[in-house]
Amino acid sequence: MDFEDTQDEAAFRAEANTWLSANARPRGAKSAKDDIEEMENGAAGEMAASKAWQKKKAQAGYARITWPKGMGGMGGTPMQSIIFNQEEAKYDVPVGAPFAIGLGMCIPTLMTYGDDAAKKRYIVPAVQGDEIWCQLFSEPAGGSDVAGLRTRAEKKGDEWVINGQKIWTTGAQFSDYGILLTRTDANVPKHKGLTMFYIDMHDPAVEVRPIKQASGGSGFNEVFFTDLKVKDSQRLGEVGQGWQVALTTLMHERLAVGGGQGGGLDVKELMGLARTLELEDGPALKNASVREKIADWYVRSAGLKYTTYRTMTALSQGKQPGPEASIAKIVVASKLQDISAFAMELEGEAGALKGEDAPAHGAFQMGWMSAPGLRIAGGTDEILRNIIAERVLGLPQDVRVDKDVPFNKMPSGR
Amino acid sequence: MNFDFSDDQKMLRDSARKFLSEKCATKTVRKVFEGAQGYDKDLWKQIAQMGWLGTAIPEEFGGLGLGYLELCVVAEELGRAIAPVPFSSTVYLFAEAILAAGTDEQKKKYLPKIASGELIGTFARAEGAGAVTPKSTRATFKGGKLSGKKIAVVDGMDADFAIVLARSSDDAGERGTALAIVDLKSAGVARRAEDSIDPSRKHAEITFDNAGAEALGKAGDGWQITSRVLDRAAILTAFEQVGGADVCLVMAKDYAMQRYAFGRLIGSYQAIKHKLADMYINTELARSNAYYGAWALSTNARELPLAAAAARVSATQAFDYAAKENTQTHGGIGYTWQMDCHFFYKRSRELGLSLGPQRSWKDKLVSQLELSNAG
Repeated sequence: MDFEDTQDEAAFRAEANTWLSANARPRGAKSAKDDIEEMENGAAGEMAASKAWQKKKAQAGYARITWPKGMGGMGGTPMQSIIFNQEEAKYDVPVGAPFAIGLGMCIPTLMTYGDDAAKKRYIVPAVQGDEIWCQLFSEPAGGSDVAGLRTRAEKKGDEWVINGQKIWTTGAQFSDYGILLTRTDANVPKHKGLTMFYIDMHDPAVEVRPIKQASGGSGFNEVFFTDLKVKDSQRLGEVGQGWQVALTTLMHERLAVGGGQGGGLDVKELMGLARTLELEDGPALKNASVREKIADWYVRSAGLKYTTYRTMTALSQGKQPGPEASIAKIVVASKLQDISAFAMELEGEAGALKGEDAPAHGAFQMGWMSAPGLRIAGGTDEILRNIIAERVLGLPQDVRVDKDVPFNKMPSGR
Repeated sequence: MNFDFSDDQKMLRDSARKFLSEKCATKTVRKVFEGAQGYDKDLWKQIAQMGWLGTAIPEEFGGLGLGYLELCVVAEELGRAIAPVPFSSTVYLFAEAILAAGTDEQKKKYLPKIASGELIGTFARAEGAGAVTPKSTRATFKGGKLSGKKIAVVDGMDADFAIVLARSSDDAGERGTALAIVDLKSAGVARRAEDSIDPSRKHAEITFDNAGAEALGKAGDGWQITSRVLDRAAILTAFEQVGGADVCLVMAKDYAMQRYAFGRLIGSYQAIKHKLADMYINTELARSNAYYGAWALSTNARELPLAAAAARVSATQAFDYAAKENTQTHGGIGYTWQMDCHFFYKRSRELGLSLGPQRSWKDKLVSQLELSNAG
């Protein structure tokens, strides 16, 4: 067990820092708020800023460290990737929300199932931030139960014609491409009748309507398809194998460990606030109940950080991270909600204000408003606990009343 | 960075687990739990023969001189087995205090006997209910004589020697404290067995009346040495706690996979699944914090006090949760004397208190964050 950098790791860290300090400013008082706002809206204040930073990183090889050089990466190790993430987190730069889904999920799926022409065409522009991708899985009738989706794809000649609706699609409003999970056979049980495609989001048959979230931001969208025509060459995987392809996508999501999930609001920011506030009995940071809470959240935060290091160590030994990585989002989302609410308690009546009228540029109000979304998006707390219970601990699946029932014979409540 | 134990350390873990599953099944725990004996003497003898007591004691003092990562590995296995032996009192506290502050002569006198299993040691701090502070420490150690009363001394009836926190001057603060090593069989020492929530770790009240004792470290350094020793013991104990929590999760899972209610395995209900998922999450976080502590301990890192407090708080929370929810998962049968659930329920609370409660460790943790500015 060695917690220090090896000589190579230390050299890489120094290199990354030299590059970062030449190209970015250290984090400032508003950085935490900016990060949350970016994740809420799916982009930094201006998309141009996000794209410019992505391009800069890509040109230096830092945008996708573990990917091969020909694919926009630098052919580095997972450990180098985590080191760069650690160092980048010290700077006032966009967190890269617009590219997270494309590079974390869509492009890896394309790498596994796409043909050579597609790989050649799409990978590098995505890494460089020139093209943005979204993931079109969830539907009004299939959220936690994604395989219950209803968007139909029908084969007509060498083309597929797609009709239906997706929802909760992060970043669809500024995406150029998307990977789309459809139903191609309703006469077989739900998991067996799905097929995956990639599509052009600028096609006139695709309509994107942003959803105004409870926070006031708009990161999610509804997406409608009316007779969208897609070439058979845009199919990813075999017809009817869409569920297996989707699982690959979701596995890549888990591989994307070590990212800046959680939005920069943590114990450090809470302590920063507590240092500035007076309570009934003196400075907030000296208050026993405040200290107890800080310690509670610190051990979860530190525990998660070191769990990530254990995962990275396993990865560097050639092991695949499994569903155990699901614990990260469960811990982070609730911690964000709880820390934010507690910080607002400390702010007292001023805690009810927001934005620049609120203390700390309204960062905690922003965190509190966005936390419900984080607890739901990308797998609800409940679904993730089911995943841990079933796939890590080996507990039996819940009773599935739709098992082995053809999709078109399934009860749907409507 | 390599955040994992080595292959050799994993081999040690496997052999320790095999050894304890053969020699320390829960019937061994039950025997001590229900009996008058303070610990299992056969098991203690065999643990000594395995060399575990001297895992981190240097070879020149009769130990194996392996190191602290190896001792962490052993600690986790003892925690899984909730082994009824005075290992933590003797090794994590007594031996660590001698290593931290003892003279060469004291090391030669005590450490070889610890490594061979001939000497059981303990550490006495508390004198009553409430926080242990320099102010609450009233026992006196002056002119080689120790007087006063200590309570809740773990393994106090069986220990040969104790290290005792006492007052050495009129200074009411830290600088007025000192540590004394006292032979518990000597004149002026009286012991009384105390009832404890976990009878597999028996406690004692010890009264000193002008008992002869020798100083450990300088007068005035008592509090500061104690604090350093507690940090080290907290990390080692965190491994015992993580081991215990892990076993509770396995017990709960196994039961949920065999018990039917309403025509289904109870493990298929989300109420049970989510509880077990939370046990898993807490235990994994605690394990990771303990690993960081192990690294800090093995390298004497500057971050050791912060790592120790985090490991302590995290492991205490994980074991408490796992132990109580394991009992809950078992339902009525889990609350019976005949089942093993209560051994873990009781051990989890005992371990959570014996080095000081969470409240004081949390305060220490935040103080370290303030110092390091990492917060």
